[in-house]
Amino acid sequence: MSLLLRGPRVAPGRSRRWWLGFGLAMVLLLVVAPVALSAFRLGLLSKYLCFAIVALGIDVAWGYGGMLTLGQGVFFGIGGYAMAMYMKLHQAGAGHLPDFMTWSGVSKLPLIWKPFRYAWVALPAAVLVPVALAVGLGYLIFRQRVRGAYFAILTQALAAAFAIWLVGEQGLTGGTNGLTNFHELLGFNLSDPANQRSLYFVVAGTLLGLFLLARALIQSRYGRLLVAVRDGEDRVRFLGYNPLVVKTLAFAFSAALAGLAGALFVPVVGIISPTLVDVVPSLELLIGVAVGGRGTLYGAIIGAVAVNWAKTGLSEHFASGWLYFQGALFVLVIVYAPGGMVGLWRKGRDAVVGRRTTRPTRTTRTERPEPVSARTVELTSAP
Amino acid sequence: MHVALAQLVTGLSISAVLLLIALGLTFTFGQMRVINMAHGEFIMAGAYTAYMLQGPLGHQSLLVALPAAFVVAGAIGLVLERLLIRRLYGRPLDTLLVTWGVSLLLQQLARDLFGAPNVEVRAPTWLNGAVHVAGITIGANRLFIMAIVAVSVTAIWLYLTRSPQGRRTRAVVENRQLAACTGIATTTVDQRTFFIGSGLAGVAGVGITLLGSVGPTLGSNYLIDAFLVVVVGGLGQLRGAVLAAIGLGLLRAYVEYWSHASIARVVVFLVIVAFLQARPQGLFVLKTRSLQ
Repeated sequence: MSLLLRGPRVAPGRSRRWWLGFGLAMVLLLVVAPVALSAFRLGLLSKYLCFAIVALGIDVAWGYGGMLTLGQGVFFGIGGYAMAMYMKLHQAGAGHLPDFMTWSGVSKLPLIWKPFRYAWVALPAAVLVPVALAVGLGYLIFRQRVRGAYFAILTQALAAAFAIWLVGEQGLTGGTNGLTNFHELLGFNLSDPANQRSLYFVVAGTLLGLFLLARALIQSRYGRLLVAVRDGEDRVRFLGYNPLVVKTLAFAFSAALAGLAGALFVPVVGIISPTLVDVVPSLELLIGVAVGGRGTLYGAIIGAVAVNWAKTGLSEHFASGWLYFQGALFVLVIVYAPGGMVGLWRKGRDAVVGRRTTRPTRTTRTERPEPVSARTVELTSAP
Repeated sequence: MHVALAQLVTGLSISAVLLLIALGLTFTFGQMRVINMAHGEFIMAGAYTAYMLQGPLGHQSLLVALPAAFVVAGAIGLVLERLLIRRLYGRPLDTLLVTWGVSLLLQQLARDLFGAPNVEVRAPTWLNGAVHVAGITIGANRLFIMAIVAVSVTAIWLYLTRSPQGRRTRAVVENRQLAACTGIATTTVDQRTFFIGSGLAGVAGVGITLLGSVGPTLGSNYLIDAFLVVVVGGLGQLRGAVLAAIGLGLLRAYVEYWSHASIARVVVFLVIVAFLQARPQGLFVLKTRSLQ
């Protein structure tokens, strides 16, 4: 428990500037955006903010923990499906089957659907099931010190398997079409613009709250330990900590955020389908984090919103252009600006002010070449 | 019994394709620590090479396509290595993201060049038949793919064990710094490995044209499974890749038969996670005395 205590104090000047920035972001999200944007654009922004919540989780796991997770779509999907199942059942009414089941010839409600009739099961399940899965999987993978690329490949395989399973189980999951056609949530009519607007405030408020939570986590002693595990797992082990616990916790945290985002996404956008949980959307979220600047938290949010905004804008005008743009973005950002927008901004600011960078940005620290001995270690194996 | 035998053949033909794709991956991964997500697009490049050649060359074009695809895919791989991947050595996770971007670019390029709908490659007539062995029917195309793979694996094995270039490759896989100290030009070795690995993916692409139609996302369908073969087999291990490909291919074929295709992937994933509990580094591991 002592791990969750506050970590080393930040200089007061920096802290004040930070709160100023946070206040500005709050005003932008909660006052300016709802006033300035049309209902349609505000709906889009709600969607982007859902993705930003996932990105925030990815940043904790990847930016700070060094775990490249390519399977966040799975947790997002579980959260989304949990919410969608509840809404479907509620809509069908007691004793009736959701519409798509009748179409695919299912006559009896599958067992796994039954608990989702109740909101008090479905809503916690949207977060707890992803957490349980992440803890189980993380424990099994990290316990054997499987890490780095292996971890990335495994999470990616999980996402692919999950998506294929969803498509295959037509009667259980709605297949390729997923679950859609929702009218109301907890008694609120979803097609009412006023309710969509309130939903935006719920999403934005959740994001801001989770951002503060993630920041507190990163600034706690646990956060320091997480970064230490990223930069030198064995050294942390030699100091007497158990990296397994540290990594599993961060992975579970990112899964919880993804699950929650999925649950919010469904009423906002009105659909959850296998294409939203596959490898491709999971990677699209990663590019958002990389573009914004990994290991900064707010960079992840800015990046996720910016990339999705660009995606909508570009695919509205030229469909194939978006794919070229996205591919090029991946290549250019990772190769030439691994610090993302935040990294570039810091570099630019330091150049203008003429100040020497006093502290390296967090990403440059990640990219620091490992000592030769450590790299040979990677090539080798367990006795 | 009948069915079990038939599934065995199906499984082995899945294994054969996976193996050919995984060979390139396991060496680029084991030797250079590069996770090449664009590898799937080399498969696609190979398949489209076969498609392009059947116009001018007609029926027997497939035989020409095999070496041609090797060179085309290998050349694309070499360009990728020289332009991008070289900048990222020592950053394995970043290579994954960059090559994924490249894969998006190449897929869209293929879509613009050849059109989004899938295209067909006509097989030579002598591949349309079937062979009857022990009461089951084996498609000649599947036998042909297995033959290509057997020849390629033998060639790679000979290359690695009998040629001076192969010896250098093994040295770099085992210990890059030490190999560099003894005067091996590791960058040249890297390029050669990348060329051969990408070329094999191209050959796999030609083989896949015999199983179905060719589209821009052809390669990405196989890539994740090929990566799992690498994880199970162990990095840079020829034996490991062969055994893992056969194991995973058979597992998938039998599970698909007993239940259905959608559950097979999940089962394979769970089996791999369980397997990693016993052998976290894969089937075959380089034994050293360093930490971990």
